[in-house]
Amino acid sequence: MELPFWNREIERLPKKNLKNLQLERLKNTLERIYEKVPVYRKKFQELGITPSHLKSLEDIIKFPFTTKEDLFIDYPYGLLAVPLEEVVRVHTSSGTTGKPKAIFFSKKDLETSAELIARCLVMTGATKEDILQNSMTYGLFTGALVMHYGAEKVGILVIPAGPGNTERQIELMKTFGTTLLHMTPSYALYVASVILEKGLIPQKDLKLKTAYLGAEPYSEQTRRKIEEMLDIQVYNCYGLSEMNGPGVGFECPYKEGLHLWEDNFLVEIVHPETGEPVKEGEIGELVLTTLNREAMPLIRYRTRDLTRIISEPCACGRTHIRISRILGRSDDMFIVRGVNIFPQQIEEVLMGIKGVAQNYQIVLENYDEMIVKVEIDREFFDGRIERLLYLKNEITEKLRQTILVRPKVELVEPGTLPISEGKAKRVIDKRTL
Amino acid sequence: MKTVNILSLFSENKPGKLAKITEVLAQNGINILGFSIISVKDFGVIKFLVDQPEKAYTLFKESGFTVSILPALGLEMEDKPGGLYQVAKLIFSKGINIESALVYVAETRKKAYFVFETEDIEKAWELLKDEKINFLESRDLV
Repeated sequence: MELPFWNREIERLPKKNLKNLQLERLKNTLERIYEKVPVYRKKFQELGITPSHLKSLEDIIKFPFTTKEDLFIDYPYGLLAVPLEEVVRVHTSSGTTGKPKAIFFSKKDLETSAELIARCLVMTGATKEDILQNSMTYGLFTGALVMHYGAEKVGILVIPAGPGNTERQIELMKTFGTTLLHMTPSYALYVASVILEKGLIPQKDLKLKTAYLGAEPYSEQTRRKIEEMLDIQVYNCYGLSEMNGPGVGFECPYKEGLHLWEDNFLVEIVHPETGEPVKEGEIGELVLTTLNREAMPLIRYRTRDLTRIISEPCACGRTHIRISRILGRSDDMFIVRGVNIFPQQIEEVLMGIKGVAQNYQIVLENYDEMIVKVEIDREFFDGRIERLLYLKNEITEKLRQTILVRPKVELVEPGTLPISEGKAKRVIDKRTL
Repeated sequence: MKTVNILSLFSENKPGKLAKITEVLAQNGINILGFSIISVKDFGVIKFLVDQPEKAYTLFKESGFTVSILPALGLEMEDKPGGLYQVAKLIFSKGINIESALVYVAETRKKAYFVFETEDIEKAWELLKDEKINFLESRDLV
């Protein structure tokens, strides 16, 4: 199958050339921030390091992290590496408390972010004949505008719908023959359910073929559900304002992880607590360095998002690295008997066991006792206690193999634990020291 | 095959669970003819023989319980010393393994049934059907 590319040369650049390009751009970035950004110069000096310490890409670990808190030093303009007059756009990212993070774009930065989106869209088969309904929030948030510019670059007709007003969303789809959607997965689920409730037949009454869903983590199950409800392809997209917004990681038609554009970002996965690199393929916190940003370069930015690197080459032929779907937030990590555990590790194990329903809960009790409460699948229950005991044993063993701690597993009735979508509290820590 | 349907409910081992379950039967005029409870620490399975098993199954399902319905063989025995022994001996002699069982006393001090579930119920039926013993049937429950 001949797959479409927006920029075939760069997207399929041999790994070696890609690494060379990264090194060159990284050097340049380090030099620029050392010279032009006092916050970084000070950080470098504290570590007794200068950009010349970078000889290879691996040397990146000698350089300091940038945390969310760092974005508030010399706020708001302190991290600019260009004169303010070169800046043409600001986006902010909602902080739950206090000031929002402010991210600045030069003219070139806007073009670059649009270029990356163009690659993503074409990668999934979009062409200039498509019509994109952009149902993310327009304004300070990067989600809608960055996608908007990228889609226009491809030549796609963009409907700047913005979020909400589901009736109107559906009217727009019908009137203009929307083929592509960009929205959050939770809203997509809702819109899909309203479409079906209205008795509309997606295959007949609508022209939808693809949805780009992102801005919040969601499961494979949710993806399939939306795909089935609307008879469309759903692609997972990842981004964060600090790294331009959407288009940082994007799935290709193989949907086995998200490609991350390595000519623009340097990818590291570190242990959330120690900051040390994890072993290849292990879950950890995604750390990103911008390699091609003019106005506000950021190095080793701690995204707090958990993922893992998929290093096998992708069948689509792109050489750029893939990460798994976002598995959660690094703040979710907890420690039991000296072992670091992420709820996502537990979730992955549970979802692979037949007889287990969607919901689970982790309770930590005194003396480092870890209890995993698991809802059983209604269909699995056949009245035989042996089967339940076997299931309980299977869960305990598989968890122990993965997290290296033997949990106490409790089987509970379906529907008794808080539901998994959204911000359900997964870990209840009752330990007191 | 002469069988009766047994309801099994999955339940966490918590105070009030049995009351919640039996409330469904009580409110809908369903009579319990026999029951058993198997508990393994934090959870258990409660089994019922009732006069209207299909109706009870639907009601449990609608109320959100984790329930299943499975056929069982019910062997008549005399409600007197040695009654269970006779039946147990017969089942053993055929090499049939009992997975779970409960008792339905049809007429006190006269007639009872030993109702049991087994892995391969059809095979058990084949082994037992020609014995001089009465089997419990759905129509006997009403």
